[in-house]
Amino acid sequence: MTDVMHNFELFQPATLADAQAILGDHSDAWVLAGGMDSLDWFKHRVKQPAVVVDIGNIPDLHGIREEEDGGLWIGATTTLTEVNESEAVKSRFPILAEAALKVASPQIRNRGTIGGNVAQDTRCVYYRDGFPCYRAGGNTCYANTPTAMNREHALFEVSRCVAVSPSDTATALAALEGVFVVQRGGSQQEVAAEDFFIGPDVDITRMTMLEPGDILVGIRIPAKWAGSRQYFEKVADRNAWDFALVNVAMAASVEDGAISDISIVCGAVQCTPRRLSDVESLVRGEAPGEELESLVKRVAARGAEPLNFNHFKIPLMENLAVRAIRSLA
Amino acid sequence: MTKYGPYDPTLDYAPGPAPTRKGGGVETPSWKPLHMSRRNFLRGVVCSGVVIGGSAYLFSTTTPARSDTRAVERLVRLTVNGRTHSIEVPPNETLAHTIRYRLGLTGTKIGCNQGECGACTVLAGDTTIYSCSTLTHRVREVDITTVEGIAGPDGALHPVQQAFIDEIAPQCGFCTPGQVVTAVALLKKNPKPTIEEARLAMSGNLCRCGAYDHYLRGIMKAAERV
Ligand SMILES: Cc1cc2nc3c(=O)[nH]c(=O)nc-3n(C[C@H](O)[C@H](O)[C@H](O)COP(=O)(O)OP(=O)(O)OC[C@H]3O[C@@H](n4cnc5c(N)ncnc54)[C@H](O)[C@@H]3O)c2cc1C
Ligand code: SF4
Ligand code: FES
Ligand code: FES
Repeated sequence: MTDVMHNFELFQPATLADAQAILGDHSDAWVLAGGMDSLDWFKHRVKQPAVVVDIGNIPDLHGIREEEDGGLWIGATTTLTEVNESEAVKSRFPILAEAALKVASPQIRNRGTIGGNVAQDTRCVYYRDGFPCYRAGGNTCYANTPTAMNREHALFEVSRCVAVSPSDTATALAALEGVFVVQRGGSQQEVAAEDFFIGPDVDITRMTMLEPGDILVGIRIPAKWAGSRQYFEKVADRNAWDFALVNVAMAASVEDGAISDISIVCGAVQCTPRRLSDVESLVRGEAPGEELESLVKRVAARGAEPLNFNHFKIPLMENLAVRAIRSLA
Repeated sequence: MTKYGPYDPTLDYAPGPAPTRKGGGVETPSWKPLHMSRRNFLRGVVCSGVVIGGSAYLFSTTTPARSDTRAVERLVRLTVNGRTHSIEVPPNETLAHTIRYRLGLTGTKIGCNQGECGACTVLAGDTTIYSCSTLTHRVREVDITTVEGIAGPDGALHPVQQAFIDEIAPQCGFCTPGQVVTAVALLKKNPKPTIEEARLAMSGNLCRCGAYDHYLRGIMKAAERV
């Protein structure tokens, strides 16, 4: 149930430096990009920051650039529609274009940004409804009790919190080994996907390494997987609006009929995009085919610890991994 | 800060400041006291969950002036359906609220108020957006088109509107303004869509009556006529 938003002061700086100055002045300032995630929090009155900094007017944060090495730079406030429609993205990194297309609905993609998509908070219903759980600073997890509705929750890497990564583009970016460019204080840091997304064992109150005051400037996708064989698939209850139950993104190269290199990631199975390193080491050097598929099925979800209502995610994840590998045959 | 007591549905709320006359002496409709009819009151309760939330919205224009000069001004110029309005909008107001309750353009509906239904779809430039999930201050510089701006100036229906009538597309009609706006945007971008393209373009507009196929037929018919 939504309410009118609380009163806040709104800033719309035109430069990154101004944005940083405002963020520096107000310790609880909230960064707003497309607002598709943020306004929900405000309307539910769960988060009520006194200051909101809308970064939509900063040209440095927007656009898609081809880099000299053959990779791409995508500004944080580039919309998901722009990512999905970009010829450069489609030709080099089709799984990113496809992941962006699978997010929510056309109207949300027209406003929602790729930066906001990777930085969005988890969709655990208890947490979003304002329950004082671990993630909200409390001392229990409402999603991990014998009667909890935890059909959407995690299979792996649980540490008190069983929430999952909600973002579709994060899965694709992790598979493409994207690098996240973060403005912190006076300097820019380049953060690899595996360090950008953090689990509850690192900090239970955040999903990414972004701290208050940080701004994600953009995402650099290295040339490494440009033009490689790629596969993305998302399974959700409905084709529009719904978050992934499990999604998979893969980039691979095949030489002489054998898989020479591969990167494969599943989303919505733990708090961060999960790299399937067991599958990667299993298939490297092997020829895709039925025999390999049956082995992939066995290792894809190895180590999963299902909750009461999310057992179905195990075969789902195994089958998605198999389908990704099958696409290489 | 003013404290707002619990809402008393039997009383009209106190009107805001006197009506301002701007640009051609047109009265900004938002200042007309809203008579709190039973329907309005129910809507307030249903939409806000708590009654206090509803009244906080109604009075929200009385917040004190801001102290920091770099924060946005409340006075905005907003172009809707080709007409520019000078209106006062608090920073926390959504475009859907501004359109409906300040400009009186109630064709745009608020269904879910959280980006999950599409009833509030309007055009920002040529792109469709959910006005319930957009701050009015974000679109100050963009031309907004609502369903009221779709028909020609002489009132001639847009081919999409006519085709929706011909195909009896609306059932209850609540989602229809959003469906019209989205369909018009689609045909502007892609005048001859395939049915699959149309389906994808319309996928952000929920129809609780399930009249999807009727709307799709309407779009395909309109595409022949545009
Ligand atoms: C109904 C609905 C369905 C959805 N379905 C899906 C789905 O299927 N798949 C999916 O992946 N997503 C889905 N989403 C989420 C949606 O895609 C994201 O909320 C959207 O992409 C976020 O982008 P935004 O620019 O609107 O983010 P905002 O709401 O503006 O920001 C989101 C968060 O990121 C932070 N942030 C944003 N940009 C920056 C930056 N540059 N630097 C630092 N912090 C930043 C904000 O502070 C905020 O905490 C859905 C959302 C809704 C409302
Ligand atoms: S899963 Fe995480 S976010 Fe959800 S209730 Fe448990 S601790 Fe909170
Ligand atoms: S009212 Fe805006 S999407 Fe439902
Ligand atoms: S016609 Fe009733 S909701 Fe679509």
